[in-house]
Amino acid sequence: MTTNPIRITVNARERVQAAPPRMSLLDWLRGLGLTGAKEGCAEGECGACAVLVARPDGDASVRWTALNSCLPPAAALDGQEIVTAEGLADGADGLHPVQQEMAQRGGSQCGYCTPGFICSMAAEFYRPERRATGDEDADEGVDGSSGVSAPCGDSHGPNGFDLHALSGNLCRCTGYRPIRDAAYALGRPHPGDPLARRCASAAPAAAATSVAAEDGWFLRPATLAEALDRLAQDPKMVVIAGATDLGVERNIRHARPRGLLAIDHLPELQAITWADDAVEIGAAATLSEIERTVSGRVPLLAQLLPQFASRLIRNSATLGGNLGTASPIGDAAPALLALDAELDLVSAAGRRTVPLKDFFTGYRQTVRTAGELIRVVRIPLPLQPHTAFHKIAKRRFEDISSVAVAYAVTLRDGHVDDVRIGLGGVAATPLRALAAEDALRGREWTPATVDEAASVLRAEGTPMDDLRASADYRAEMLAQSLHRFLAEREDREDRSEEHVKEETRP
Amino acid sequence: MTSQTDPQIRPESPSEHRGVGAAEPHESAALHVTGAAQYTDDIAVRDPRTLHAWPVQAPHAHARVLALDTAGARAVDGVVEVLTAEHVPGINDAGVKGDEPLFPRVVMFHGHAVCWVLGETQEAARRGAEAVVVDYEPLDALITLDEAIAAESFQGRQPVLRRGDVGAGLAEAPHRFSGTFSFGGQEHFYLETHASLALVDEAGQVMIHSSTQHPTETQEIVAHVLGVASHEVTVQALRMGGGFGGKEMQPHGLAAVAALGAVRTGRPVRVRLTRTQDITMTGKRHPFAAQWEVGFDDAGRLRALKAVITSDGGWSLDLSEPVLSRALCHIDNAYLIPAVEVLGRIAKTHKTSQTAFRGFGGPQGMLIIEDILGRCAPLLGLAPDELRRRNLYRPGDVTPYGQPVRHAERLGDIWDQLEDRADVVARRRQVEEFNARHGHRKRGLALTPVKFGISFNFTAFNQAGALVHVYKDGSVLINHGGTEMGQGLHTKMRQVAATALGVPLEQVRLAPTRTDKVPNTSATAASSGADLNGGAVRNACEQIRQSLAEVASRRLGVHSHDVRFSDGEVRGLGTEPVSFADVVRDAYLQRVQLFAAGYHRTEGIHWDPVAMRGEPFKYFAYGAAVSEVEVDGFTGAHRLLRTDILHDVGDSLSPLIDVGQIEGGFVQGVGWLTLEDLRWDEGDSPGRGRVLSQAASTYKLPSFSEMPEDFTVHLYERATEPGVVYGSKAVGEPPLMLAFSVREALRAAVAAFGPGGSSVELPSPATPEAVFWALRRAREAAGDEAARDEAAEPVSGG
Repeated sequence: MTTNPIRITVNARERVQAAPPRMSLLDWLRGLGLTGAKEGCAEGECGACAVLVARPDGDASVRWTALNSCLPPAAALDGQEIVTAEGLADGADGLHPVQQEMAQRGGSQCGYCTPGFICSMAAEFYRPERRATGDEDADEGVDGSSGVSAPCGDSHGPNGFDLHALSGNLCRCTGYRPIRDAAYALGRPHPGDPLARRCASAAPAAAATSVAAEDGWFLRPATLAEALDRLAQDPKMVVIAGATDLGVERNIRHARPRGLLAIDHLPELQAITWADDAVEIGAAATLSEIERTVSGRVPLLAQLLPQFASRLIRNSATLGGNLGTASPIGDAAPALLALDAELDLVSAAGRRTVPLKDFFTGYRQTVRTAGELIRVVRIPLPLQPHTAFHKIAKRRFEDISSVAVAYAVTLRDGHVDDVRIGLGGVAATPLRALAAEDALRGREWTPATVDEAASVLRAEGTPMDDLRASADYRAEMLAQSLHRFLAEREDREDRSEEHVKEETRP
Repeated sequence: MTSQTDPQIRPESPSEHRGVGAAEPHESAALHVTGAAQYTDDIAVRDPRTLHAWPVQAPHAHARVLALDTAGARAVDGVVEVLTAEHVPGINDAGVKGDEPLFPRVVMFHGHAVCWVLGETQEAARRGAEAVVVDYEPLDALITLDEAIAAESFQGRQPVLRRGDVGAGLAEAPHRFSGTFSFGGQEHFYLETHASLALVDEAGQVMIHSSTQHPTETQEIVAHVLGVASHEVTVQALRMGGGFGGKEMQPHGLAAVAALGAVRTGRPVRVRLTRTQDITMTGKRHPFAAQWEVGFDDAGRLRALKAVITSDGGWSLDLSEPVLSRALCHIDNAYLIPAVEVLGRIAKTHKTSQTAFRGFGGPQGMLIIEDILGRCAPLLGLAPDELRRRNLYRPGDVTPYGQPVRHAERLGDIWDQLEDRADVVARRRQVEEFNARHGHRKRGLALTPVKFGISFNFTAFNQAGALVHVYKDGSVLINHGGTEMGQGLHTKMRQVAATALGVPLEQVRLAPTRTDKVPNTSATAASSGADLNGGAVRNACEQIRQSLAEVASRRLGVHSHDVRFSDGEVRGLGTEPVSFADVVRDAYLQRVQLFAAGYHRTEGIHWDPVAMRGEPFKYFAYGAAVSEVEVDGFTGAHRLLRTDILHDVGDSLSPLIDVGQIEGGFVQGVGWLTLEDLRWDEGDSPGRGRVLSQAASTYKLPSFSEMPEDFTVHLYERATEPGVVYGSKAVGEPPLMLAFSVREALRAAVAAFGPGGSSVELPSPATPEAVFWALRRAREAAGDEAARDEAAEPVSGG
């Protein structure tokens, strides 16, 4: 059997080359001799493989979006448009502004991570919301929520460059200072800039793709109905959106599923809709898109998302994927549990709604049957007024949680009127801290109550020892988290002018 | 956030002067940023005939290989060959000590490769490797340093560094303390994993492209594995995607596997490790355990230090002996210790063979004394900074191994200048005020010094060669024996040649490092790349310039001593200039040699590795850093608020490059001390001995979040180093140890959670969890009064 080729426009030139479903976009590019993108870790952690993809930004424009090319199957990019570090340089004029700043300021030493940095930096360079300080509609941050404390600290340059755009890129040589300076020195794209001009017309439509090879096949159906039919016929197919989990399984653990079903483009799974009683987030909307469109109105998501992996991952990862893989350390679940979210599951046979708290049944097990897809995540409105997301990890940017705790609390007349606490990292599944909630609900909101409830919270779940943290530390972090939540409330209460800046950094 | 560097080290628009001392960007910067720069594996994937290699890794930490059945692999579609011990025509060993079998009969660590499968695709090789059937007899394994010490499992020499009467020194000291300290190693995590590509030509000559810091040794090991002479093997190292010492010894066996495959199949063979293979198969920075006893006088001055320090060498010796020597030679760091007796030992464990890593034992030795001072200062009733300042070497002092500390006055001078520049006195007060105001967060500030000896302890390595060609059009091509791993060596070498020949930088091109151009090279290591190769390049250029001066003197009618070379022009005193190219053309027509081999050997060093005495270092590099951290009492996590560094690089050859080395080394040191947490399975499960932190998702190196939010680096001024190329000093390793300032600042912040004056023990790495338990201990010591007081007030919600 010969594998049918796929077509991707790379650096403004259409490339036609076979792409067995197991082949990553990175290996496909390198096979073409485009070796600028490198493999550094093969699991989406280092960003050396980053490339730019022309993603739709509304109906009639493109948003240059950086992602890790080591993760998606090349076939998932069939019909799409990509730019690599090689393609940014303008043959006639020399270096791209991003390349110019990085080269001149000592932003590269060994140079191996550099092409990936260049792509992440270029995506931020072209980000339409980026505004220099003092500009009229100055960027209030990606989360669009200037009133909410930034969990990772302030990280915007005077040119509006959000340093979190580079949180998924690792450099072992420079210590990052010259890279930051290069990023903060960037101006606006020149009007004649070819990539800026490209933003003004529509992105390539998602192609319906079918690739078959000896050891498996890849299918991107044209409609949701077709996807559900295929899933009904072959429930063993692995469903992918951004493939940020599958890519790791394939690269690191040599997983070779027979069939891949790509659902990332289906409009029914992408829409984000607001109603009076709920916001519905399509299961295949990327986390970056949710950051842009939802988190300004859902503060808990505004706190969660900047701490969720890296920009490169959030540009591909989805809520459906994060919940569907049901990892006990996935960061979305604790927050969505605190928000009392529910999921709509669809299959060829019909549709049902499942509260998230009933969704997880065991380690990486859920109530979702093989023929079902998560269609939307529904967050009920109104929201509880007091929320927080505490992520405990070794590293502040881009790490996996040892423990994650999410709070959604309503206080009335000095009492806890309602409370929901979602936990990750302390059991085989994400869970609600029901006993601690009981210890708080209806009680006076005082340090004594918090002390008592913290002891209860400490005993929730069954944390274990592993290389990320000891069981004792995990348990202790639960208790500490509630104390911290209290302290953050206090801080907000008496936030005085002189303390504003310090106190917004937990 | 702000950041500053000296104005003179900001890159400028191309100026006239781009030779030595100019702030030049990396010579490959334009290639890096456009993705055009090629690394070993980029070359490999361009040739469709290339075969791909995949190892069969043992699932035991220690086991005998009873049988190896490769038939299943050979039956896999696309598998071309399975390389085993029986295919080795020469010596089945990947090291220089004879203790590293390339295809082992006894597995010595979890993940040890017992054979290699070659396939048409990586997928085929990988599936082939899964089809190899190996029968193992598991044996007992020693995994932890404690287990090895208890079993008295040691390897190599056990040197003792001794000066004075340590027993008397301790007995007479009015303040004596003792303690233990075990600390972790570090994974190199160069972004480019190990890679080799081997090709065989029509005459059987083997060409290896290798990501290696030591091409000559790679060549020698490949030759002895193949059973051929060195002249039949050429190794080229175009560039590395980072090395940090990890590619000094470890590439050899991988290059030998590629070479063996190429010889057997006649096709190019690529060996490129995945990240997990790289972490599970190759060596790391040595973890150490130390037991110590120390004495101080009433003024807080060190009187005596007695210690036993044991490194975890892993399964083979590798570079563990010289690493241990350097640890012993740096246990003084920047401090005078009159009486010293330190025994060094290397444990043999069933783990990867620990190897060179930036600092090469120096950081470990220095960490021990810095930990001692950090723990003892409160017990002596002294501020840690004051204790350190009082003990700094002074002019006339001598190290415990007998080397005078030349320019010792720089230590005090750097310290005082840095205190000034970083406004330390006022900030210390601000930190105290902050800590008084905040119960849940505490800040800490600390200043630490660095003194680091430059030269290979192994004297013979302190030599280098270069080959410089001047072509008839005046263009210059330089070859030298050093390798480029990102540190900017090639940039500096171009600047040295441009200055030595008086030509513009654009006129100097650099050819890839190859063993058939410059033979018998030393590893690019020990921070010595620019010193040694710069000396050799300069020597070659000066030979050529000498010849050209004779030619020019005849044309210009002046004495050859009065001929000057600059900016591509040659002139006599008072004459009109002629172009360098014209003089070169004259020289060619007059049959004057236009190329030269340069050579450099470091003068005035000697070392007795048995007695641990001598003057092993050409000079010392000095520096100091002050860092301020803020620790979150709820989690133990911290932020690095500000770091100021003042560092001595002599007269900088290339300031932008040097600042890059200082910043990068510092952050790498911060990673080692606060974040990077290597974990092995130390239990009794079947996975015993497995590296648990074997991927980027489980082994965390610094990202943007670990960079100091405010980061200022200054180069020490008026620092010309005589006898080194253009008065410069080495810069690769010393800055790593400036990161001690962060660790000590963390200790200060932790102490602030407790009552004043108590000693804080801080594990290394000081991860959030480690810091949390340390501050918990500090709080318990304080009875947690502050927290309870705070908790007494009710608050209202809204």
